[in-house]
Amino acid sequence: MAARPRGPHGVTGAGAAGASRADWRLLLFSWAALPAALVAALLVGAVMMAAFGANPIYGYQALVQGAFGSSYALGTTAVKAAPLLLVAVGICIAFRANVFNIGGEGQIAMGGLASAAMALAFGNLPSVVLIPLVLLAGAAGGAVWGAIPGAFKAYFNVNEILSTIMLNLVAVQLMNYLLAGPMVDRSAFSTGGLIPETKLLSPNSWLPIIVPGTQLHLGVPLAVLVAIAVYLLLWRTSFGFRIRAVGLSVPAATYAGMPVKRTVTLAMTLSGAMCGLAGALLVFGSLSHRLVTDGSLTGFTGSAGFNGIVVALFGGLNPLYAIVSAFLFGGLVVGGNSLQVATGVPPDLVTTLIGLAVVFIVSLEYLRRRARSRALALAQSVPVKAPGAPPAAGAPPAAGDPPATLVDGGSA
Amino acid sequence: MTQFFTQAVLTATIASGIALATPFLLASLGETIGQRSGVINLGLDGIMLLSAFTSYYVALSTGNLGLAALAGVGVGFVMGVATAFISVTLKAEQGISGIGVYLFGLGLSDLLFVKLVGTPLPIASLPPFRIPLLADVPILGPMFFQQTVIVYFAFLLVPVVTFVLNRTTYGMKIKAAGENPAAADSLGVSVARIRWSAVLIGCSLAGLAGTSLLLYDGIFQQNLTQSEGFIAVALVYFGAWTAVGVMGGSLLYGLVAAVVLAWKALGIIPLSASDLAATAPAVLTVLALLWVGRRFRQPAVLGKPYERGE
Repeated sequence: MAARPRGPHGVTGAGAAGASRADWRLLLFSWAALPAALVAALLVGAVMMAAFGANPIYGYQALVQGAFGSSYALGTTAVKAAPLLLVAVGICIAFRANVFNIGGEGQIAMGGLASAAMALAFGNLPSVVLIPLVLLAGAAGGAVWGAIPGAFKAYFNVNEILSTIMLNLVAVQLMNYLLAGPMVDRSAFSTGGLIPETKLLSPNSWLPIIVPGTQLHLGVPLAVLVAIAVYLLLWRTSFGFRIRAVGLSVPAATYAGMPVKRTVTLAMTLSGAMCGLAGALLVFGSLSHRLVTDGSLTGFTGSAGFNGIVVALFGGLNPLYAIVSAFLFGGLVVGGNSLQVATGVPPDLVTTLIGLAVVFIVSLEYLRRRARSRALALAQSVPVKAPGAPPAAGAPPAAGDPPATLVDGGSA
Repeated sequence: MTQFFTQAVLTATIASGIALATPFLLASLGETIGQRSGVINLGLDGIMLLSAFTSYYVALSTGNLGLAALAGVGVGFVMGVATAFISVTLKAEQGISGIGVYLFGLGLSDLLFVKLVGTPLPIASLPPFRIPLLADVPILGPMFFQQTVIVYFAFLLVPVVTFVLNRTTYGMKIKAAGENPAAADSLGVSVARIRWSAVLIGCSLAGLAGTSLLLYDGIFQQNLTQSEGFIAVALVYFGAWTAVGVMGGSLLYGLVAAVVLAWKALGIIPLSASDLAATAPAVLTVLALLWVGRRFRQPAVLGKPYERGE
């Protein structure tokens, strides 16, 4: 099994080798589909801005300027991108095992809570000890919240989409409970603040700024390192091989003697840990250095649990590509605020466009699949028909291929 | 605790529980029809948000609640066209496209709210409709028969959906499309057309669910649904893909929410612990999923696009 990173959706060698007639179409759909989806979404955004009486060119200029225009802007974008990257990496792990983790929001919240609790309890420890400790606590909190749906799917056939949604709801209530009672900052109430938040966390736990004059903190290189590590894990270790094998075919993995159930559970645990780590980054890399919410999950996560899915998709479910993709989407989120300042269009526009982009990608995916199976048919000169195979399985699964069907409701 | 177990409080709690269950019921009944045909729609929450905002805007500018409800259903239908096109015609990965539709609805509903309304103003509330005679029955009357029209409609849909799914040709075709589309296709049933219609019905009902939520709250705000659309999807599993089961799940959610609200108001549980108590339905649902996962089987090709010749 080859271990090279492949195209965003994994161009297979077999497909590219043979038929030159279909080659261009294959390449076009593999490499141009993602940018095309983004451009299409941005065009719709331009129409919407115009409908609100704003100048789209001016708006997008402000967005790009606000996201990438100065070293400070770049730092802010990187800081926004780091949690997105970690969530995306977690999503990659789960998706590769053919588990659809949409519990990122809850896992982030649990990670944030666990790490904040750690900092509240051991605030006196020196930074060198405390920072790794809070990050580990965050990862552990998220891991627990990922392990539950993972084990439920593996051992009890519970659809992970539903269990993760439910655990998101449990997490937000737990967060509200803890931030209204045990972990609340009493002094803030006395000064009239009614936002549920912890007290200022020990400065020893703050992620140090590594480029003076910007917000760029230690969490950013850490997230990149984690992404590289997970890439190596998935494509250079036997555990990663098992995850991908289980994701591609449960019967084949079972036949090969792999512990399918344990692998699914561990993949979700690891996925949750990544999201939990993102939660810790959101707390200790924030400007306020508190865990703050407005009573909803989004209030703390900024929808990172959902946006991370989009980042992972744009990164072709490959942690290395996700680094680029996270930076892009981090910029979109940061630039959304500049867009509002310049044109008066609220940053919700960015959320809308991200949603549209997702819809466009998955819609284009069908055309891409069709082009690919045609290319393969020409290359092999045999009709591509695998009886009983899912629609995408026109070819023998290659290392870089995403699982044929990502949502395979409760059939682990 | 004693002040909770008085007739007046219990009656009011159950009545509000039924009202709170209604958005769940409408959305999950629609999702049941869609899932039975083999299409999972995770964008429900986004559709509900868009419909709720549209209803709010129409109610605010015309004052006509009937028109507002119609607009809400209309938006649901339009989103249904988009969903069916993506999921059925373009055969997209439904779990992911649903997240896309959700984010789209979440963003656009707030975008429009901020740009078109700005300052939130309450709208007229939907007056309860007292069913003649029945509304005057002691205890039962105030519980069941002094609700709004939407509540009656939602609960009347339960037998209707049960009948359509089990006793009509259309229902059989829906189930065939979700269980064995190739067989349905070989008998001349257009799987695509059946799924399109099921998705359109489902999304229209989701639109009405958004409207009913808005009319209950009387005001729109960012992320009004608070993931209720996602819960509705879970309730379909909870109810094992039957209308009656889905009703049971919706009532559980509504009643627990009403009890928590009542306890909070009566001071039985401290304000902070009410958040903890509010996790009860979600925890119960997860536990129920453990059971459903073993006892019941989901539609065989749920979430899988149908392609001829495979």
